[in-house]
Amino acid sequence: MERKTGGLVGSEDWMNAAVDLGTTIMAVAYEGGVVMGADSRTSTGTYVSNRASDKITPLSDNVYICRSGSAADTQIISDYVRHFLHQHTIEKGGPADVKTAATLCMQLSYHNKRMLMAGMIVAGWDKYDGGSVFSIPLGGTLLPVPFAIGGSGSSYIYGFCDQAYRKGMTKEEAVDFVFKAVTLAMARDGSSGGLVRMAIINADGVERKMVRGNQLPLYFDEIEPQPSALSAFSRISDEMNSDR
Amino acid sequence: MMSTSLSGQRGREQPSGAVALDSSAIPAMTLGTPIVAGGESSCSLQIMAGPATRTLDPYVVGSSVLGVKYKDGVLLAADTLGSYGSTLRFKSVERLRKVGKNTVVGASGEISDFVYIMSLLDELTTLDYCWGDGKELSPKEVHSYLNRVMYNRRNKFDPLWNAVIVAGVHGGESYLGVVNLIGVHYEDSHLATGFGNHLARPIFRAEHRVDMTEEEAIRLLEKSLRVLYYRDKQSINKYQLAKITAEGTQISKPFALTTEWSYTAFEDPAKVAVGTW
Repeated sequence: MERKTGGLVGSEDWMNAAVDLGTTIMAVAYEGGVVMGADSRTSTGTYVSNRASDKITPLSDNVYICRSGSAADTQIISDYVRHFLHQHTIEKGGPADVKTAATLCMQLSYHNKRMLMAGMIVAGWDKYDGGSVFSIPLGGTLLPVPFAIGGSGSSYIYGFCDQAYRKGMTKEEAVDFVFKAVTLAMARDGSSGGLVRMAIINADGVERKMVRGNQLPLYFDEIEPQPSALSAFSRISDEMNSDR
Repeated sequence: MMSTSLSGQRGREQPSGAVALDSSAIPAMTLGTPIVAGGESSCSLQIMAGPATRTLDPYVVGSSVLGVKYKDGVLLAADTLGSYGSTLRFKSVERLRKVGKNTVVGASGEISDFVYIMSLLDELTTLDYCWGDGKELSPKEVHSYLNRVMYNRRNKFDPLWNAVIVAGVHGGESYLGVVNLIGVHYEDSHLATGFGNHLARPIFRAEHRVDMTEEEAIRLLEKSLRVLYYRDKQSINKYQLAKITAEGTQISKPFALTTEWSYTAFEDPAKVAVGTW
């Protein structure tokens, strides 16, 4: 849904722009649970309004949601579903199924499809199905999948994910897969960036991880940071693209 | 029917470097439309034949350029990104380039238009050389020339979609000026294009002094470059500096800066507000 305007800013546009989670989100089911990952950039037009946001939000103790699209829309959906699930677990007398949480998100998204812009990935662990991942793209389709990617940054990693995903990965392999994919997307998507947050959900509970923005790997055409620009002129300057 | 009006940009993002202009300041004009009293055009003649060759929309664009005067001359800074919409497509684009012996220009906006501007400036410097009059093109003359080019293109509704900063030292005097796609031009002791106007200029206003040392000036630019990297979507952590003094011009190799992410507030933002963004 990005307009190709070159990102040049006018005084009206960014002031009226919706707060947008142009983003990269991901969830992968592994042997015994799920690993969820996301970037941390929230934008208002071209301005980064929050460079450290948390897009992985709890719906219940064992089910989390990755949010992309409109920040307001996904927040309100999460709030409603958290409320319904809370009541449901009281009645049920036990933790909710991932499928139930995902279905509730789907119902809200589908029946309000003309008003909402919310791309969601619901994932978690329950004792019936183990680790489950559900993709709920725009329009309110509910799809159970082995892994899901979403947000504007996901376009850049379809190839990588198709090639790197393996069935029955261990927890460490799944974490590595999610981390690599999200950082690759952040390297190319202007709407994704900041730091990488992850959530690992299994029978033992939820483990939250964070990798800071200055600890991310460098990919093609990126260079080692230095503390200051003062040494910029100390090396002799030459053509950057030396094969010209 | 193809409308080539600039006000068709209403609601779309406006060019970087533009002093916040209300888009209604640029009148709606469709090519070939007779200007009828009351502003309503009842017919538009399709005079234009063939495909549009004018820049309607920028494609590969550069973001902010910063410039500050200091004790020994002028310093410019820019990152090396060419964005393609929201894609960070090209990460080694030279947006700071030398012109003659005493001037450097830095451009934001459409890269292809900047390359074309450089070819025009190349012709200009060649012409200057051929005069063989012992006089060198001054940065003010380069700025003035670009201003005419940009404004004339604007009048033909075919702008070069850039904001260009011109910096140099001539006759012992430092020069720093800017000109953009609609021909708005001015000089100052510190300048920026695009997002730099919103994020870097306030820092400059607070901390810049014309008699700063080179180290102080670089630190000031560094501070602004970091803020731009944190807060401008179309930016990367890879920059070049350009220095112009009485001795000549120098453009640095690309470098990256360390960034700060260790605030406790960043660790668990949802602690006090679940579902916060």
